[in-house]
Amino acid sequence: MSIGAVNLRPAENVSAAARPAIRIRDLTKSFGGLTAIDCVSLDIAPGEFFMIVGPSGCGKTTLLRILAGLETATSGTIAIDVPAGSQKPDNSMVFQGDSIFPWMTVRQNAGYGLRMRKLPAKTIREVVGHYLDRTGLTRFADYYPHQLSGGMRQRVAIARAFANDPHILLMDEPFSALDAQNKLLLQEELLHIWDENKKTVVFITHSVDEAVLLGDRVMVMTAQPGRLKQFVPIGLNRPRNIMELQGAPEYGELVHRIWTSLRDEVQRARELEDNIEAKK
Amino acid sequence: MSVGTTVAAPPRQERMMSLRVRDRILSIASPIGLLLVWEVAARTGLIDTRFFPAPSSVLALLIEMLKSGELLVHTAASLRRLAWGILIGGAPALVLGIVMGLNRTIRALVDPIMAATYPIPKSSILPLALLVFGLGESSKIFMVAIGVFFPVAINATTGVLEINKIYLDVGRNYKADRWSMFWTIALPGALPVIMTGFKLGIGIGLILIAIAEMIGAKSGLGFLIWSAWETFAVEQMYVGLFMIALIGFVLTVVLNELERYIIPWKAS
Repeated sequence: MSIGAVNLRPAENVSAAARPAIRIRDLTKSFGGLTAIDCVSLDIAPGEFFMIVGPSGCGKTTLLRILAGLETATSGTIAIDVPAGSQKPDNSMVFQGDSIFPWMTVRQNAGYGLRMRKLPAKTIREVVGHYLDRTGLTRFADYYPHQLSGGMRQRVAIARAFANDPHILLMDEPFSALDAQNKLLLQEELLHIWDENKKTVVFITHSVDEAVLLGDRVMVMTAQPGRLKQFVPIGLNRPRNIMELQGAPEYGELVHRIWTSLRDEVQRARELEDNIEAKK
Repeated sequence: MSVGTTVAAPPRQERMMSLRVRDRILSIASPIGLLLVWEVAARTGLIDTRFFPAPSSVLALLIEMLKSGELLVHTAASLRRLAWGILIGGAPALVLGIVMGLNRTIRALVDPIMAATYPIPKSSILPLALLVFGLGESSKIFMVAIGVFFPVAINATTGVLEINKIYLDVGRNYKADRWSMFWTIALPGALPVIMTGFKLGIGIGLILIAIAEMIGAKSGLGFLIWSAWETFAVEQMYVGLFMIALIGFVLTVVLNELERYIIPWKAS
């Protein structure tokens, strides 16, 4: 499976059982003289809810954009495993901040991917109807985004990605602009929808809490240049109840563990920033 | 202000309403007031009625010309040319402007030509238009078209370039082809700015049609005004001016309504 200029290659010679949904090898991305991502290799299993945390500027968004086909890698390879003959798109992204089209209604926005894939109107209506229902947007189907709150707009973005039925879902800090209550609600809703068919998810966040609450595994990245620092498996049972989980001792331990790993990097990122400021 | 009065102050909403009503009344009162002063000044001989005839006498002529059908003929001629000019100038400008916004190469190719020709006062092209298109309809339509073309093209380009980059990313991520990029993102995204371009362009078109009809035309409001100067029929001149102002006003109202209709997502 290849998309335009992005170096996606079919996963070759891997036994079916061990075949990862996403295989990344020696991925490097530089902008001019600046290395954003440095030689990252990892496998993400089918159905895995994979979280990436790292200090700002560690290249996590760049990594996701390469996966989304919006950026090309400087070197290295990315392979998204797509079964032969599959009609599904290999990925759909939920963007950070407002990304739904202001000129389309909620329904039109949610069905955008399906419309681009030229599916029959009846199918689009059914699929969109289902996900609007799951995201509690049915009543607002004919509203325009400016009539909705920030939380509802982000629900539309999530409905749009799920309705497109991709092999993998990419999420770039989808809840970072929301207030705490809305964030909690949307996290729960996301887990509910995800439980339906357990797609492979790559989710970027700067919130350690969020990483533990949602993920199966957390990748901690280093400050610039972004390298793989550590994997932390999250062995918490599913389906999860976010409210209960936050009181559980394992939860606290995991947050502490990731935070300890991340703290040095955040510190280092801050020093890097200070240096840049000083040079100005 | 004393402390006591703040307690009695009307709620914000109500105050806003009453202010709006007051503004409405004032905006109607001021032109009527001006016409009254003018009328009185004309009747008392304070101003020279050879140049500034009383509004009532202009109105009388306007009604007379409406009844004879003469005014309708000229107004229709101007409107027809204006409509063709908007279409012939606006449509290619819209496409070119959006394509320039989407495609860097085409932008680099066309931008210098636009930058070089845009500052030419459009009225100064009239002799050239007469030379090329002759004295008939096409030279007038061409003048309107050229006036509409630039603001629409420039605004369409700006509109596309100002579309938040995230929407283009969404289009690419959701596999929109070129055609869909144009119809579902570039065009609607740029539409509010494009509408402003059309408003500007139609305003310029109105100026140009009046000028174009003054030379070598047999009909139109510009012709009406010019022939009034030649025969020293000052009232007729004012009738022509009034009609052009009226067209401008009506077009503005219509365009604002149209905008509300085709851009329903614009937060009011």
